[in-house]
Amino acid sequence: MIAWLRQHGQALRLGIRKLSLLNALVIGVALALPAAGYALIETLRPAGERLALEPRISLFLAPQVKRADAEALGARLRADRRIGSVRFVPREEALKEMSSVQGLSEVIGALGRNPLPDAFVVTSKDEIAGELGKLPGVASVQADAVWARRLAAAASIAQLAVGLLAALLGAALVAVTFNTIRLQILTQRDEIEVSKLLGATDGFIGRPFYYLGLLQGLIGGVLALAIVGAALALLNREVRVLAESYGSNFRFAFLPVSEALLVLLLAAALGWLGAWLSVGRHLRAIEPR
Amino acid sequence: MVKFSAVAKRYPGGQEALKDVSFSLEAGELAFLTGRSGAGKSTLLKLIPAIERPSAGSVVVNGQNVASLKRAAIPYLRRNIGLVFQDQKLLYDRSVYDNVMLPLAFSAHAPKEAARRARAALDKVGLLGREKANPVQLSGGEQQRVAIARAVVNRPAILVADEPTANLDAESALRILEIFVAFHQVGVTVLIATHDRALVERYGKRVLRLEDGRVA
Repeated sequence: MIAWLRQHGQALRLGIRKLSLLNALVIGVALALPAAGYALIETLRPAGERLALEPRISLFLAPQVKRADAEALGARLRADRRIGSVRFVPREEALKEMSSVQGLSEVIGALGRNPLPDAFVVTSKDEIAGELGKLPGVASVQADAVWARRLAAAASIAQLAVGLLAALLGAALVAVTFNTIRLQILTQRDEIEVSKLLGATDGFIGRPFYYLGLLQGLIGGVLALAIVGAALALLNREVRVLAESYGSNFRFAFLPVSEALLVLLLAAALGWLGAWLSVGRHLRAIEPR
Repeated sequence: MVKFSAVAKRYPGGQEALKDVSFSLEAGELAFLTGRSGAGKSTLLKLIPAIERPSAGSVVVNGQNVASLKRAAIPYLRRNIGLVFQDQKLLYDRSVYDNVMLPLAFSAHAPKEAARRARAALDKVGLLGREKANPVQLSGGEQQRVAIARAVVNRPAILVADEPTANLDAESALRILEIFVAFHQVGVTVLIATHDRALVERYGKRVLRLEDGRVA
């Protein structure tokens, strides 16, 4: 057991000595792209999910509809079992809400009169927007569900694109490691040949290269996360200014801890895979003559 | 300890290096293998640590038939055979001491024990004072002695040397041979290939003459 640990410690030291930060950086940059894409999707996902979970339908009433007719319509809506909640938004409240949005109050002030209609906001999981539009007094209907579907479709396209990117760049990581280790094996050809003559097993000779691949991948993963973190921090400085002008506190969020760990794990595993493929192929080719 | 039975070795392309070689070495025996250049001395020696495999016949080393040995078992066979080459095969990117330490790394000795063995091996070849030097700083004879120290540091039962004195002056060559004789005297089985008749005759030991692919 002690001998086993000692051999692994020695292999780890040799692996560290062979590390090239430049290669790790190449891996880091390659992995940063899908990781950043993933972080962006994860940031946007909650908005889409909220929309999809509780699709809202806004019913805008015709301007000439009396308040009493509106109340009757409200009662009818509340009686409908397909409808979850019903909220009446009088035109005065809508105006107040809109005025509170920065930049719009001046516009509204310039209008002189309230251009907004009374409205009902209802939630429903059923596709009843068309039916509601035919109710008396309803001028127009806007269903969030349509937007939720579009957003979900866009999100799944983006997710697929990030997935493809991750697969491609993961393959690139394996290839980079494969080649790094091929070159390392070639430069150490003499040492490997002599070691084989003196009775070193393939496992012993290959071990430092496995560690090299693993560490290179892992450091690449750490660099990727650092790049994503730095890029998001930079981006958020600008986003904050833009979001505040819309009265929002929207920020791009960094990857959740579990996902960040997954990136590290995958990077290390792919590095190891590249090393394994390379060692399997190139170490056997070196036989003493 | 080493037993060749009707061994033939043909290389791809039809070249027949060995035709029918049979001989055996007892444990603790010292023998010289002689023959013209190209007679197949190197090929014969390479069969012992399974660097080459015989085309026919059997090579039994320490009770194991090398001809049918699995690839994975070869390293363990080699750890029990000290190999010395005409071109030393030292590593010039590290010190004499680290060269001698190399075989101890993969047999996983405790660091103290490994250091002690490496120094003992260097002491036996008279190079204890040069352990920090790089092999390129040493003379040909000294480099060959480093190679011997590396070959014996794992205390193998068999020592196989291929023309260890070929590029050396008479005095250095004699010194190398004295070292081999010393190992023979403490019970190591030693087989030395050489074309230096004078050296061979000086010791009056067993001589295997390789001629026309056969041992006479």
